[in-house]
Amino acid sequence: MATINVAGKDVEVDEEGYLTNLADWNEEIGAFLASQDELELTDAHWEIINFLREYYDEYQIAPAVRVLTKAIGKKMGKDKGNSKYLYELFPYGPGKQACRFAGLPKPTGCI
Amino acid sequence: MAKAKIEVPELKEYSVMPVLQPGVMKGVGPYVSAAEFQEPLGFPGELVDNWEEKAVDKLGDLLNRYRGLRVFLDSCVRCGACTDKCHYLLGTSDPKNMPVARQDLLRQVYRRYYTLPGKFFGKMGWEWGKKLIGAREMDKEVLDDWYNYFHQCSQCRRCSVFCPYGIDTAEISMAARNIMDTVGKGQKYCNQIIGKVFKIGNNLGLPEPALLDTLEGLEEDIEDETGVKVELPLDRKDVDILLITPSADFFAEPHVDGLMGYAKVFHEAGVSWTISSYASEGANFGMFIGSYENMREISLRIRKAAIDLNVKRIVFGECGHAWRVAYSFLNTLAGPFDFLDPNYPVPQHICEFTYNLLQEDKLKFDKSRNDDMVLTFHDSCNVARATRMGDMPGGQFMIPREVIKAACNHYYDMEDETIHDQTFCCGGGGGLLTDDLMDIRVKGALPRMQSLKNVVEDHQVTHLAAICAICKSQFTKVLPYYGFKMDQIVSVHQLVSNALILTGQDED
Repeated sequence: MATINVAGKDVEVDEEGYLTNLADWNEEIGAFLASQDELELTDAHWEIINFLREYYDEYQIAPAVRVLTKAIGKKMGKDKGNSKYLYELFPYGPGKQACRFAGLPKPTGCI
Repeated sequence: MAKAKIEVPELKEYSVMPVLQPGVMKGVGPYVSAAEFQEPLGFPGELVDNWEEKAVDKLGDLLNRYRGLRVFLDSCVRCGACTDKCHYLLGTSDPKNMPVARQDLLRQVYRRYYTLPGKFFGKMGWEWGKKLIGAREMDKEVLDDWYNYFHQCSQCRRCSVFCPYGIDTAEISMAARNIMDTVGKGQKYCNQIIGKVFKIGNNLGLPEPALLDTLEGLEEDIEDETGVKVELPLDRKDVDILLITPSADFFAEPHVDGLMGYAKVFHEAGVSWTISSYASEGANFGMFIGSYENMREISLRIRKAAIDLNVKRIVFGECGHAWRVAYSFLNTLAGPFDFLDPNYPVPQHICEFTYNLLQEDKLKFDKSRNDDMVLTFHDSCNVARATRMGDMPGGQFMIPREVIKAACNHYYDMEDETIHDQTFCCGGGGGLLTDDLMDIRVKGALPRMQSLKNVVEDHQVTHLAAICAICKSQFTKVLPYYGFKMDQIVSVHQLVSNALILTGQDED
C-alpha cells in the first residue's frame, strides 16, 4: 500500500491516491492531496469539501451531483448552484476529485 | 492524481486504417483487484500457485459449458474482415487490438491444450510444431497479454457484425476475464463494483437513506420547475411497475435528467411505480467479467424485488448492457416471471414504454423547448447488437429515434456505417469506464468522435443523445479531448422531460 507523508506523518492511500482510512483526514492532508493535482484550495473549495464530508458523515456516500449543486446553490447563491461552477473549482470532476481531497472513498459505477 | 498525458488521435473526415504500431499499447492493464474485492465474488484473493493448470482447466470448463466458445475458437479462417472494425485498433494502431489478434490470445492456448495436434506437439515438446499450428503454452507472458489486451476490448461486438462466421470477440473476451478471475487476477473496477451490489444494492454503494434523500430532492426540483407534484417512490408495494435503472441515474449528470424524464412519463401515463432500494441497479457487471454465477446473483435481486414489492411489470431505464442482460438473459437467469402481468413484455424498456404512449397520443409535447439543441443519436452497442425493442426488426434503432423526434424539432443521423448495428462504441463500455484506463478510453472514442464531427459540421448538430449510463459518462469525460464540450451529451428522456407538458403544468 502506498503512503503519503504530510507534516512528518505517513498516511496510507490506495493506488488511485484516495485515503484508505477516512479517519486519517485533516485539512493539511486535504491541501496536500490538492497540491498533487496542482490545485491550491480556496475558501470556495473548502465550502464544497466540508459539505461533502458532512453529507458523507450522514449518508456514508458522497452526494449526487444534483444534491451537491442544489446545496451549494442554496448556500452560496443561485449562480453557483450548477456543475459548471463545480468543474471550475475541481476540473477533474467534483465527484471524484473533490472526494479525494475530502478524504472520502472514490465513487464507483457508471459515472 | 495528476492526469497522465494522453496522446489524442487526430480527427479526420472518416475512419482510416492506421499504420500499425506493434506493441504501442503494451502495458500492465488496469488496477488488479485486491483480495477484499475478489473473495465476495467467489474468486481467489491473489494469483493461485498452480494458476497455469487452473487456467487451462477453466478454459476446458467453459468450452464444455458454452458450445459457441469452441465454435468461435475453431472457425476463424483469418480472412481479415474484422481487422479494421475495432474502435480500439483504429484509435491505437496496436495490431493486438485487431479482433482476430485479440481472439488469438485465447485461441493459441485453446489450440495447445484442446486440439489433437496441440496436445501432440505439446507432449513431444516440439516448438516448431506448436508454432506451425499457432499453439502456445499458458505462461506468464500470455497471462500478462491477456490482462492488458482483454481490458482493451469493450465487448461491443461490432467486429462480429462483419465476421462472415459471426465470431463474437466479446464472448472470447468474457471467457478470458472469467479465467483470469478464477485464477485470482481480477480487475479492481468491475469486481469492487459487483461487491457493492451484493452488499448495498447498487454499483455506487448508495445506501437506502441516501437514495431516499436524492429522490426527494428530485421531486422538489420537478415541482419547482412545473408546479406539478410528480413522485419518485422508493420501495412502494403493490404498484404497477418496478423501475430498474442504472444507479448512475441517481447520481450523475446528464443521467439524472433522464430519470426525471421517466418519472414524468410514468406520472403522465397514470401508472403507479417504484424504485427498489434492494435492486437499485440496472447494470450487471457480471456480464463484463463473463461470470454466469455473478450475473445470475445480480439478476436474482431484481426477481426478489419484483416479488417482494408485488409489482405487475418491470421496466428498465437507460442502460445499454442492462438491457442486454434483461432482454436476452433475464428469463433464463432469474425466471420464470409468471407472477407478472402477461399482457406486457417482460421486461420492457423505458423507450418502448414512452413510444407506446406516443402511439396512443397520450403525451403532450412542446418541442420548441428543445429548440436550443440540434440532436443526433448514438446507438449504444449492447442495445444495438444484442437486443430489440418493440415487436418489429430494428425496433431498437427506430424507437429511441422516434422518441427523440417526438420531443425535438431538429434531428440528424450520423453516417450510416457508424449507426444502427454498425454503431461505434463510445470507448468506455465492457468494464473499461475507469480512470486508470483513460488512455484507451480516449483513443477508442476516435471513430465516434469522427462521425460526430461530421454531423456537427454538416448539420450544425449540437448534442449527442444516448440511452446508456456508460456512454453518457464516457462522453462527458472524452468529448473535451476532441474539442467538444462535456455537456454536449444528453439523455434521451432528458429531451422528453424538457418537452413534455404535464397535465396541470404551468406553461410559462
